[in-house]
Amino acid sequence: MAGGLRRAGRIARRGFLIGSAAVVGGVAFGAWRYTRPLPDPFLGLLEEDAVALTPYVVIDRGGITLIAPRADKGQGSRWVQAALIAEELDIDPATARIEPGPVSPAYYNRALLSENLPFVPTDRSWLAETARAASDIPARLLGLQLTGGSSTVPDGFQKLREAGAVARETLKEAAARREGLERADLATEDGAVILPDGRRIAYADLAQDAARIPPVTQVVLRDPAQWRILGTRRRRGDIVAKSTGTQVYGIDLRLPDMLYATTRSAPLGGEVRVLDASAAEAVPGVRQVLPIGGGVAVVADSTWAAFRGAEALRVEMLPPDRPGEQAEIWESLAATLEAGRIDSRNRDDGDVGAALDGPGAIAAEYRVPFLAHAPLEPLNATVRVTAEACEIWAGTQVPDFLVARAAALTGLPPEAVRLHNQMIGGSFGRRLEIDFILQAVEIARAVPGRPVKLTLSREEDFAQSRPRPAQIARARGLVGPGGIEALDLAIASPSVMASWFGRVWRSPPGADISIVAGAWDQPFAIPAFRVSGLRAPETVPVSSWRSVGASSNGFFLGSFMDELFAAGGIDPFEGLLQLCTHEQSRAVIEEARRLSGWTGRNPRAGRGQGVAFCLSFGVPCAQVVEIEETERGLRLVRAVAVADIGPVLDPVNAEAQLWGGMLFGLGHAMNCQLTYAAHRPEQQNFFDHDAMRLPQCPEVEVRLLENGPIRGIGEPGVPPAAAALGNAIFAATGQRLRTLPFAGQIRFA
Amino acid sequence: MEIIVNGTSHRLSADPDMPLLWALRDILGLTGTKYGCGAAACGACTVHQGGRAVLSCQLLLGDVAGEITTIEGLGTPEAPHPVQAAWIEQQVAQCGYCQSGQIMAAAALLAGNPAPSDDEIDAAMEVNLCRCATYPRIRAAIRSAALRLGGS
Repeated sequence: MAGGLRRAGRIARRGFLIGSAAVVGGVAFGAWRYTRPLPDPFLGLLEEDAVALTPYVVIDRGGITLIAPRADKGQGSRWVQAALIAEELDIDPATARIEPGPVSPAYYNRALLSENLPFVPTDRSWLAETARAASDIPARLLGLQLTGGSSTVPDGFQKLREAGAVARETLKEAAARREGLERADLATEDGAVILPDGRRIAYADLAQDAARIPPVTQVVLRDPAQWRILGTRRRRGDIVAKSTGTQVYGIDLRLPDMLYATTRSAPLGGEVRVLDASAAEAVPGVRQVLPIGGGVAVVADSTWAAFRGAEALRVEMLPPDRPGEQAEIWESLAATLEAGRIDSRNRDDGDVGAALDGPGAIAAEYRVPFLAHAPLEPLNATVRVTAEACEIWAGTQVPDFLVARAAALTGLPPEAVRLHNQMIGGSFGRRLEIDFILQAVEIARAVPGRPVKLTLSREEDFAQSRPRPAQIARARGLVGPGGIEALDLAIASPSVMASWFGRVWRSPPGADISIVAGAWDQPFAIPAFRVSGLRAPETVPVSSWRSVGASSNGFFLGSFMDELFAAGGIDPFEGLLQLCTHEQSRAVIEEARRLSGWTGRNPRAGRGQGVAFCLSFGVPCAQVVEIEETERGLRLVRAVAVADIGPVLDPVNAEAQLWGGMLFGLGHAMNCQLTYAAHRPEQQNFFDHDAMRLPQCPEVEVRLLENGPIRGIGEPGVPPAAAALGNAIFAATGQRLRTLPFAGQIRFA
Repeated sequence: MEIIVNGTSHRLSADPDMPLLWALRDILGLTGTKYGCGAAACGACTVHQGGRAVLSCQLLLGDVAGEITTIEGLGTPEAPHPVQAAWIEQQVAQCGYCQSGQIMAAAALLAGNPAPSDDEIDAAMEVNLCRCATYPRIRAAIRSAALRLGGS
């Protein structure tokens, strides 16, 4: 990489500079940056001020490879990353290889994995600003490669297009020098430089020349009006494979000489004692029963033999030393509210105390349950450990942490840990956790030289949930003839960030603003408005679940505001618009009213409509749910969602994420909870935690506005859904349901 | 033990109590059929036995009676089955993990009932769980496939 070093030049103040480097047989284009040592030696893997290139485009004799470094859990982000590069590079992305990350030894460098920030240091994004302003735990994550927070599109929007443009102009320069022409006289089209006489030189034929010249870094990005790929309705790169059974997910890997394994583990922090392994060892195909940290593994010749062996084990679970019963957990949350243990209070407008002191104040308590991620692809990882290397095939959103932890576990240097990130069959946040991958590393150490594929059974996946936390919120408010005058919301929750970060690395100090996300930050000018986060002790290990804190806060605030509007006889759309101070949010709310054909809470007899709004991950989103009463119970008729994500790069997938997020929120609000007994969820499979199935799915309609800055849409569809449905149930039945899930309190068709 | 999968006969020496799912995936390498729950609760493992949709996690190898068709045998990327073509046209898949099972269930439905009503679609597809909730496009794809197959 030394040649590259000379060409790196000055790193721009914005934090990245697109450059090039020679690779075997060709050229790589990507982002150069100084790698700053992180405060912890765990991740401080490069020397100070070392410079590394994260490649986004590699061109060699084999063709063009685009590198989409962010994990694709199914939302199609791999293709939008490729489209950003291809738009400027002038290639058809369908003709390129698209790789999930840098694994080629030709330019493999540990720094490559550390490069991609979720938020560049100068990012003005709402979340980054919020995180820095609050100096909270998410701010500590700014230096890490991480897929999450709906950050892939805003992070890549500039960088990936610039990489494509630098590559294009450098290839043109190489052609110009070869032909004795001026670069300005050349054009590009479909993977080739076009000479003035009409001759074409394929990029692949220019790659080695391009590697020997300084890259052209002064580039002007195309006007969006000129886009030919971005913003158009295109076929997703994986749609044929995923419709023909030919998409290979991590769980589908088959390597020569591979063994199969499964695990049974204690509740996190507990231990497993094997009482009798003889029946397990007698299962044909079972090779080994292996104690591992906090559990036991069965290694076998097939997945089924491993599963049977695990079932045949007689074990005793030694529980961790913390509350493990659901009733204790609710008591702990209630006690947190009583104790007033303030973790954050970043919203405190007006004098809430005085405003709510008088008569007429309304009070309500809301509860949300633990929820499992339960992605449909069961948790799995394939690992081979030798004396020299640890090779991991697994889908992960946190490659930095995984590599560091696998290195520590094996005693190998981090550069000896090779990660092949896999296509992921759903995550919803579960693959921000690396417990199952580290288990696979531990098992693979016991059978050195042979790859081992660990697959968790669905029952074990539920047992090892790291759920969205159960929470209690207390709300008080006052509504007058002109609208909501005062609102005080206190949310008791354990800290997801401390719990998760504590597991993958170590728990940091500081407030956890995710406890109040989607509540404190809402664009409402309520004269007296206070939002308090109260941190409850950790009872169950909790984790980020699609849209994180906003998943519950959207329900608390969206429901309670509707209660106040109803008490004041105010139309909820009028009430929201009267308070909303943010222009893009107002446009979203108005468009939702128009698109839903809103005529009031009761469009006709037996029908109810509810509206809710939440601004999360910088995206304002309004939803309207319409339900009808039938003989078989309440039926969801129609659900409308409007959001503003700025320029829509990939409409087919952005729309699917918006209604998909809304349906995800609706299904869980209707039907799902995890309840704990003896530290384990009582729910064991999709029989009792499945969200939504086809017969319950309403007709959906979505609209994306493009007024705001560019944003991601994987999560913002979730937060308003539960409140919109609860508000519709109130409209139809007069019943105000303040606890999720709704099933059990009301019957759905 | 001999089973016919996608028109090819296979002689297996596996335990007859092994669910067909694991024989397909771990022995025959037909990984398009997915493990999701192992308990007849998600439909990801749906295949056809003699043309009817069955859950391969519940069908023991020794009980297989009839020719098995998996997603790989239904159609290919080059020559997709009309149901697969409709799934591609509607861009149904998000994570895609459930879609083999969804497609096999829909293909069996349409083979027996080329013009299903909304209620018949609901009843036939209820067993197949999609955690991404791609249901609006699944419905659209089934209707589109029905047209391709000559129903209405």
